[in-house]
Amino acid sequence: MSGHSSYVPKTGIERWLDARLPIVRLMHDSAVSYPVPRNLNYLWTFGGILMFMLVAQIVTGIILTMHYTPNSLLAFASVEHIMRDVNYGWLLRYLHSNGASMFFVAVYVHIFRGIYYGSYKAPRELLWILGVVIFLLMMATAFMGYVLPWGQMSFWGATVITNLFSALPVIGETIVTFLWGGYSVDNPTLNRFFSLHYLLPFMIFGVVILHIWALHVVGQNNPTGVEVKNVQKDTVPFTPYATIKDIFGMVVFTFVFAYFVFYQPNFMGHADNYIPANPAVTPSHIVPEWYFLPFYAILRAIPDKLGGVLAMGAAIVVLAFLPWIDTSKVKSMSYRPIARQLFWAFLAVCIALGYLGAMPAEGGYVTASQIFTVLYFGFFVVLALVGIFEKPRPLPTSIADSVLANLKGASGVQLATAAAEPNVKG
Amino acid sequence: MKTSTFRLALTGLATGLALAAATVSVQAAEGGVKPPAQHWSFSGPFGTFDRAQLQRGFKVVKEVCANCHAMNLGNAVRMRNLAQPGGPEFTPGQVMALAATYQVTDGPNDQGEMFQRPGRPADPFPAPFPNEQAARAANGGAFPPDLSVLAKARTYERGFPTFIFDIFTQYQEQGPDYITAVLTGYAKPPEGFPPLLPGQNYNNYMPGHLIAMPQPLQDGQIEYPKGADGKPQVPETVHQYAEDVSAFLVWMAEPHLEARKRLGFQVMIFLAIFAGLLYYTKKKVWARMPDGSPAH
Repeated sequence: MSGHSSYVPKTGIERWLDARLPIVRLMHDSAVSYPVPRNLNYLWTFGGILMFMLVAQIVTGIILTMHYTPNSLLAFASVEHIMRDVNYGWLLRYLHSNGASMFFVAVYVHIFRGIYYGSYKAPRELLWILGVVIFLLMMATAFMGYVLPWGQMSFWGATVITNLFSALPVIGETIVTFLWGGYSVDNPTLNRFFSLHYLLPFMIFGVVILHIWALHVVGQNNPTGVEVKNVQKDTVPFTPYATIKDIFGMVVFTFVFAYFVFYQPNFMGHADNYIPANPAVTPSHIVPEWYFLPFYAILRAIPDKLGGVLAMGAAIVVLAFLPWIDTSKVKSMSYRPIARQLFWAFLAVCIALGYLGAMPAEGGYVTASQIFTVLYFGFFVVLALVGIFEKPRPLPTSIADSVLANLKGASGVQLATAAAEPNVKG
Repeated sequence: MKTSTFRLALTGLATGLALAAATVSVQAAEGGVKPPAQHWSFSGPFGTFDRAQLQRGFKVVKEVCANCHAMNLGNAVRMRNLAQPGGPEFTPGQVMALAATYQVTDGPNDQGEMFQRPGRPADPFPAPFPNEQAARAANGGAFPPDLSVLAKARTYERGFPTFIFDIFTQYQEQGPDYITAVLTGYAKPPEGFPPLLPGQNYNNYMPGHLIAMPQPLQDGQIEYPKGADGKPQVPETVHQYAEDVSAFLVWMAEPHLEARKRLGFQVMIFLAIFAGLLYYTKKKVWARMPDGSPAH
């Protein structure tokens, strides 16, 4: 979809710049004239929302760093110093901690949207894989960030998660020692996690640029899954159409974000993390942040430690193989009666696993986790099989046709009045 | 197509929720006693602290709790905080007088000696024990936790689906509810409870019912400000003491709570209006394709 550039430098400075560093042309082509399918729904605003969240996290994080002390004896008190004595420190910290949660809310919507509309299928496989890479980096960043306040959950979460690597044969112990910087989670661990927590967001930023680059080469998918055939009829220019819609989506999302920051700032946190880290006292339930819970449930479902680690890793890595697991040629599940039901079942399974991840690993919870772990991976197996025999509903011939069919069907009156109005476009 | 998608979405959600509900009933069977919800002036979107209550709460802390519990979190909490806006709002003079009642170690001076001087508002609250070992030695092996963020560090399981409703009701007072319940929850162990060892006390709300802290509050123990008729303005009861000290600890843990809720309301109003304007702008932009034909 990257057609020829429509940018025309108007002033002398722009012409001078364009001949040497066509950066304005790049911005114009990727954020103004870039053609966007005209039938995108609001789920497509989450890409922009995620970009906004990444920038918001980096900005609040940089300011928090100016006041935070990455030392195991001082970290907890320095966070309280931010909450009490730094001007609007409480706001910065709650924005950052709730921002991490909202970042994951947005990324999960983004991922499930991609699965439902088959956004991983050719020619978007690399775009999708880059997305999985971003997701992995986000998980690492969020995990290390949660360690920094050096509360009880920080400490014990770090202990449990880093210990997982010890299950790997031969290199496991070495990796764990390397992560810890010693023989237990201690000050060196905090120091290196702080360093990496500052580094990884910029790596995310780099991969996001690749992600957007790949997106702009292949173009956006859309709710019909039918590729753009006629740029004039099927698409609208990014600005003003997608720009205004994305900003509206961002503001509505920020409304929800702000609600948590100002009215329920500790809802998504854990009370135990307001107790300073104490290696001598283990909390009764060690629970990760909510966005890791489904994977945590899978980890604990497998009785063998190495098996659990591998299953948890596989649960994430399997996403990268979706383009080849899904055998159907039809992208959008709107036209796939069986796959669509499968999708909602998969979503329910993920929610159930999330719930089980928060429960103690005992009795019925373990059995339930095992059943749902099988169902989680079962989704991918069944998805591969369904594509072979499923009979999809007929696809619209083009994006424009699907939009026009909606116009005729649902809002014929509106179309009539619109046609009767004089064309006011100047 | 739209309705069937919606129905499927509902089915999916219902499956998940039903399963979750099933597992919760298991959990309820093993859980402890839930603390009763108290009425708090600082709850809800417009909540503010009751200054008189915070001042009474501080009196309880100073006269009772501070004998064993520290309240300074590595110097993050200082006596001047008592005079800042949004808290008990003691006058600066009162805080200065309070600080001066403590002797604080400072130094080294020009001779390299540490020395004692009267406290200043900028000093942290003095701790009752020099270190954890000393605190344990004086308290039968138990370590009284620092009170600074205690109200945020204590909670109880809300369970499903209550925790989802909490998002909308803005219930977040698990901490003070729990602390009030523990302070008022001392009782004789029920029949069949294993005999208490020295240093153990029975409490209705403590998880496991065993608590090292002996009952700290008694009726009439702390003198409260009197009204014109010479009677205390609020009852001098254990329950009242417990509520006051819990409210004080909430402020201690979240000193900018009032500013947060106030700013929050302004931000929400702004975002709602901004979103409304953007919505109609978006509608206008999307009414037509660039060539003037209807867009959708």
